[in-house]
Amino acid sequence: MSFAAGAHDALGDAQLRANLRRATTTIRARRQDAVDEVDDWEALRERGAAAKDRALHDLAAQLELLEASVERAGGHVHWARDAEEACHVVAGLVRAQGADRVIKAKSLTTDEIGLNEALAEEGVRAIETDLAELIVQLAGDRQSHILVPAIHRSRAEIRALFAAELDRPDLSDDPAELAEAARLHLRERLLTVPVGISGANFAVAETGTICLVESEGNGRMCTTLPEVLITVMGIEKLLPRWEDLPTMLELLPRSATGERMSPYVSLWTGVHEGDGPRELHLVLVDAGRTDVLADPAGRDALRCIRCSACLNSCPVYEHVGGHAYGSIYPGPIGAVLAPQLARMEEHADLPFASTLCGACADVCPVKIDIPALLVHLRGRAVDRRRRLDPEGLAMAMLGRAFERPGRYEAAQRAARRGRGILAHAWRVGPLGAWTSSRELPEVPDESFRAWWRSR
Amino acid sequence: MTARDEVLARVRAALTDRPGAPAAAPGAPPRPDVRAAAPGTPPRPDRDLARLFAERAGEYRATVRHATPATVAEAVAAALAARGGHRVVAAPGLPTAWRPAGVEVVGDDGLTPVRLDALDGVLTGCALAIAETGTIALDGGPRCGRRALTLVPDLHVCVIEEEQIVASLADAFRRLRPESPITFVSGPSATSDIELHRVEGVHGPRTLEIVLIAAGSSGGQVSQAVSSASAPGRT
Repeated sequence: MSFAAGAHDALGDAQLRANLRRATTTIRARRQDAVDEVDDWEALRERGAAAKDRALHDLAAQLELLEASVERAGGHVHWARDAEEACHVVAGLVRAQGADRVIKAKSLTTDEIGLNEALAEEGVRAIETDLAELIVQLAGDRQSHILVPAIHRSRAEIRALFAAELDRPDLSDDPAELAEAARLHLRERLLTVPVGISGANFAVAETGTICLVESEGNGRMCTTLPEVLITVMGIEKLLPRWEDLPTMLELLPRSATGERMSPYVSLWTGVHEGDGPRELHLVLVDAGRTDVLADPAGRDALRCIRCSACLNSCPVYEHVGGHAYGSIYPGPIGAVLAPQLARMEEHADLPFASTLCGACADVCPVKIDIPALLVHLRGRAVDRRRRLDPEGLAMAMLGRAFERPGRYEAAQRAARRGRGILAHAWRVGPLGAWTSSRELPEVPDESFRAWWRSR
Repeated sequence: MTARDEVLARVRAALTDRPGAPAAAPGAPPRPDVRAAAPGTPPRPDRDLARLFAERAGEYRATVRHATPATVAEAVAAALAARGGHRVVAAPGLPTAWRPAGVEVVGDDGLTPVRLDALDGVLTGCALAIAETGTIALDGGPRCGRRALTLVPDLHVCVIEEEQIVASLADAFRRLRPESPITFVSGPSATSDIELHRVEGVHGPRTLEIVLIAAGSSGGQVSQAVSSASAPGRT
């Protein structure tokens, strides 16, 4: 479905728009308070952007360094060219444990590659343990926000969902009561399922440290209680150095939830004897990231740390919500990331889903110039379309006809001979968008050049 | 071509416009300056830092109790009593002087998550604390215990010495070592997934009690003031 069609549906949903407006207004105010408290926020943003650029501009060496660091610390590193291969690797690791269930911490990358569906085909049930992801999973729904995936759902809708799916008709719509119901539902699984799957917010190349930021404690449970932990990570999540972590950890929570620090930040470096999983796997996923990296202008989008401040500040997102974008990455960052990850073969209309107001660039903690990228990608989308569509072909042929006088005259002769066909094609042909608002000029019996020569 | 070689080749091909950055040799040990900064000099006791930490941790709905070296066990007992903590597990290296009387303290002999879940709480120290963010850092050391200890029980009582408080995250990372499993805890577990309405206590401990030991405060007054207020993002 195109963005235009998705947006049309969303704009007709008053409940959705009310939910969204309330949520984004609240979170914008919180972020502003948390950012205003930091004296050198601008310098911090510069440092964050520089750290990500150092990793991205030297990515091959940094990835090799990460691999060596993780293996030195007792972890195993796997590589995947695309989503399918990543799912295949994870499924193989789960099968090797003989497990039919895994517990999952919230991970956008695993959503992006469709891991849950792939595991289901292998007979493995992936249990989402983040509250919002659980809501989305129980409802058979799609995520609509990077950080708060069920932001489009009201408490009343969630109450109805839990009553039906968790068999809890006794619940009220008090968020505390609903959260408690989720805790009870997941408790036994979190304590006993032997394989955990997580994403990663950051990975430090020089030390092999993986960092996970979260609020509920389900992330800690998924990464420390199981015997085996599989972490799935896009190759762009790298940081070169240990000292880069405090910069990013100051930027991320303030930008994301407006907190000085998220309740829990976990850092692990390989296997820690007697503490946590005895077997650790890190799956490094490309899935289009190297295509993004190959565009010197577009690659800045890979700095993204998935804070979602750009979504919350975007007037377009606030009105249409995440589903209209048709991508796991919605909002301004989604509009620059999703089409690039798909080599402009999908989501090519998303760069147009913006007013270029610039609010997203102002709040981005790693200084991604999203409006400039949107304009750049609009250019790429148009160039690509021109190569394929009839208008582009017609313009290309016209260009060739104008290149030499001989060709030009041959074209004029052809036009005179084909007058009748041309008039018909003008009305019903494949150039409808061009011709519907234009008159077909009359083709004269004799061209000016022919008249001049015969004078 | 293996997936590894192909991904790396794609990365190199994508970056042909970049002048080759000086690559660190794969497999090289971490740069020494990271570690050199780690032991450092012990942090200086700083009353302002302690005050800031107590305020910020309190804003994040952790309860902060003040104690002197002589009254730690008493403050811990009060924290446990206030939250119904009768049977708790303690970090293996918890100083004897911090152990409360009248409470059953279980040692950690590799308790399973299910057995930990049956306890009322956990009693630990910490590796350090961060004033600006009201954060406690656990590093799996003897006073912290393994990660599951401070995760599964519903009540966490954490004892912090004022000297352990550093100003910022950057200071904390200069002292912490990546060889250890590290957990930053800032208040009790929470979620804002339903209409961004904040709910304290989901899967991690629902209650965080902090006992703060004043530095060199033998004979100082014991304040049992409990801080709680609102902070950015926690309203």
